[in-house]
Amino acid sequence: MLIKTIFAGFGGQGVLSMGLNLAQAAMIENRHVTYLPAYGAEVRGGTANCTVSISDEEIASPVASSPTFVVAMNQPSMIRFQNRLQSGGIFFLNSSLITEQVSRGDLEIVNVAANTLAEEMGNVKSANMIMLGAFIKKSNILHIDSVIEGLNVALKGNKKLITINTDALKKGYDLL
Amino acid sequence: MEKIFTRPKSLKNAVFHYCPGCGHSIVHRLICEIIDELNIQDKTIGVPPPGCSVFAYYYFDVDMIECPHGRGGAVATGIKRAAPDSVVFTYQGDGDLAAIGTAETLHAANRGENITAVFINNAVYGMTGGQMAPTTMLGMKTTTSPYGRDPEFDGHPIKMSEIIGQVEGACYVERVAVNTPANIRRAKRALKKAFQNQLDGKGYSLVEILSPCPTNWKMSPVDSWKWVDDVMSKKFPLGTIKDTTGKTHAD
Amino acid sequence: MAKVLMTGNAAIAEAAIRAGCQCYFGYPITPQTELTEYMAANLSRRPGCTFIQAESEIAAINMVLGASVTGARAMTSSSSPGMSLKQEAISYMAASQLPAVIVNMSRGGPGLGSIAAAQSDYFQSTRGGGHGDYRTIVLAPSSVQELADETHTAFDLADKYSIPVILLGDGMLGQMMEPVEFKHEAPAVPPVRPGGLRGATGRPSRFIRSFTSNPAELEELNWSLYRRYQQIQEKETSCEKFMTDDAQLIVTAFGIAARIARGAITNARALGMKVGMFRPVTLWPFPKDQLKELSKTAKYFLDFEMNMGQMIDDVKLSLEGSGDVTFYGRPGGVIPTSSEVLRVITRLYYQKGLNG
Repeated sequence: MLIKTIFAGFGGQGVLSMGLNLAQAAMIENRHVTYLPAYGAEVRGGTANCTVSISDEEIASPVASSPTFVVAMNQPSMIRFQNRLQSGGIFFLNSSLITEQVSRGDLEIVNVAANTLAEEMGNVKSANMIMLGAFIKKSNILHIDSVIEGLNVALKGNKKLITINTDALKKGYDLL
Repeated sequence: MEKIFTRPKSLKNAVFHYCPGCGHSIVHRLICEIIDELNIQDKTIGVPPPGCSVFAYYYFDVDMIECPHGRGGAVATGIKRAAPDSVVFTYQGDGDLAAIGTAETLHAANRGENITAVFINNAVYGMTGGQMAPTTMLGMKTTTSPYGRDPEFDGHPIKMSEIIGQVEGACYVERVAVNTPANIRRAKRALKKAFQNQLDGKGYSLVEILSPCPTNWKMSPVDSWKWVDDVMSKKFPLGTIKDTTGKTHAD
Repeated sequence: MAKVLMTGNAAIAEAAIRAGCQCYFGYPITPQTELTEYMAANLSRRPGCTFIQAESEIAAINMVLGASVTGARAMTSSSSPGMSLKQEAISYMAASQLPAVIVNMSRGGPGLGSIAAAQSDYFQSTRGGGHGDYRTIVLAPSSVQELADETHTAFDLADKYSIPVILLGDGMLGQMMEPVEFKHEAPAVPPVRPGGLRGATGRPSRFIRSFTSNPAELEELNWSLYRRYQQIQEKETSCEKFMTDDAQLIVTAFGIAARIARGAITNARALGMKVGMFRPVTLWPFPKDQLKELSKTAKYFLDFEMNMGQMIDDVKLSLEGSGDVTFYGRPGGVIPTSSEVLRVITRLYYQKGLNG
């Protein structure tokens, strides 16, 4: 089964780290995985996105023409990617920043007030991890423990950051 | 009878292909004498350029790599960084060092690469048959400045040594000439210092040598030797341009 | 060792260090800059190793030339516009028979082009690129693991044949991350190739040159290079065949385009179409015999490239008229999708009456 996910948002929202953490966790679970970031001038303008493909078999193209999941952390990303999602796909929306309605009727919408929840937890920067936690629970593609293990690698043992991020992940995971 | 003048050990027993009165053969000999005196023949790597001295490896009995035009500074950097125990010198003409290879020269100097650059300035492109060089004198006629070098269209003769002298990584820059016995002795002292600096790990040394080119200047050798004094060295004054090594000449 | 998640650019750099690369010289250009940065962070601190951010791509490749003269394993990397600048010295190295590894994480062209992944440098890479009669070995990996493996191969082939080797990737391969496993440990001391110039200690002095005033001598050099190139063509071709056994239509593609094509082919198979893929790993020498062999069972070929049709020349030369070759390509850095390629495959399959 090949699952492709696009994470998109403003630069600074930690969109690339969401993808990277997912990819790291997939590798920990011995799955085939590719992580493809948008780069260069495309991200200088303030938007960022990346595509993560996870499969039990070798992955052909790392590009997602019709992803299974899209995680939109802001409104421009919601508008940009809503038509890319495959029919029946799940659209994860950061409802703290997205007010507009999705125009398609064939998608499942998951609203997560990531920024609001992150602020309540005292660190708005962990909004991405709250969203990732919710994503892990709903998508059911990987185990949350693998993501936490991956965080340890990505954050190179920085205990404070690991705690903040792990708490946010669990918070998001327990939402759904 | 004691033999007091002989061929340097590091100068091959070959007949120079250079024109009568040309400065290249004198500079070759001076460098070889220095290589012998410093006892570095077995660790010296020379980097000759395209140009009249492209066949330098027929004369220098040391390892040599003929490099792309103007890239001596970069090639020498690669050699010296990969083999720091070697003694690396570039041998570059005015087109090579001051035109096509300006960037490589300036940045090798700026990095303070521990190499020795020998810069032959004869104010003209020799091997291609007498075209205008970046160092061609104002008013001087060449095949590509047939009405004389005009600063309005051709710019002024570029003073590379003064430019390199501004660069922090260069430890020693001197301009000499090989047109008279006294100047030749001064040239040797400067070259020797430039090699010694490298052995002492001091950084980038550049010796610019005003060198006669009777053939392309369309002069007799004697006239060309005088022209270096009367015309060229007025624009390109001889002497030390920069010296941060804290040592003066051996004299 | 365990797998690590790495970008293609970083994987090449790490693999090069493990292959004993002693000297890296580079200049920043998107989308390969991470390779330069990785070397700055990781090669420069290794004993006896050197990293320089050069003043230009020209200087960088000439530093490689200099380091290669001494027998050191040396490398540079760039992307398309920077590769154009390097061609002069690559020609000199080919003539002087100096090994080097040169990475091109190519992008859209011509001119400054775009920073997106493209394959428009196929001709430049496989036809010599600079002046004169010469070739370079060209390796075209299509995954991060292969980038790492082929980096090692590139150094070995460069030394074996005293030839510059080009590792041709693209912006997407450079930027994407995949798990990668490194099969070699870095040597404690970087290896030195025998025969390099380090001063004439205990032997007569030697010189390396590419110029001679004697045309007959230069002709002999060209013949000797040619004989070596023939040897390389006989021994060093490499390719991957995917579902070609019963295929009636074969897609030819290299590098990242082959990844995209593979996805399309898998879907075409699910729809009952007998489609396969031929992917050259060595672009020069091109695995022409292996491709020609396929024309015994398949009559139709679809050449798919992210350019205006460059490898197709080699495909046609290899098939020698024994196949019907169609081209599909997207130039300029536009990244085609597998579904787009599937549409092309489907149309061609029906047009040619392969659906029975």
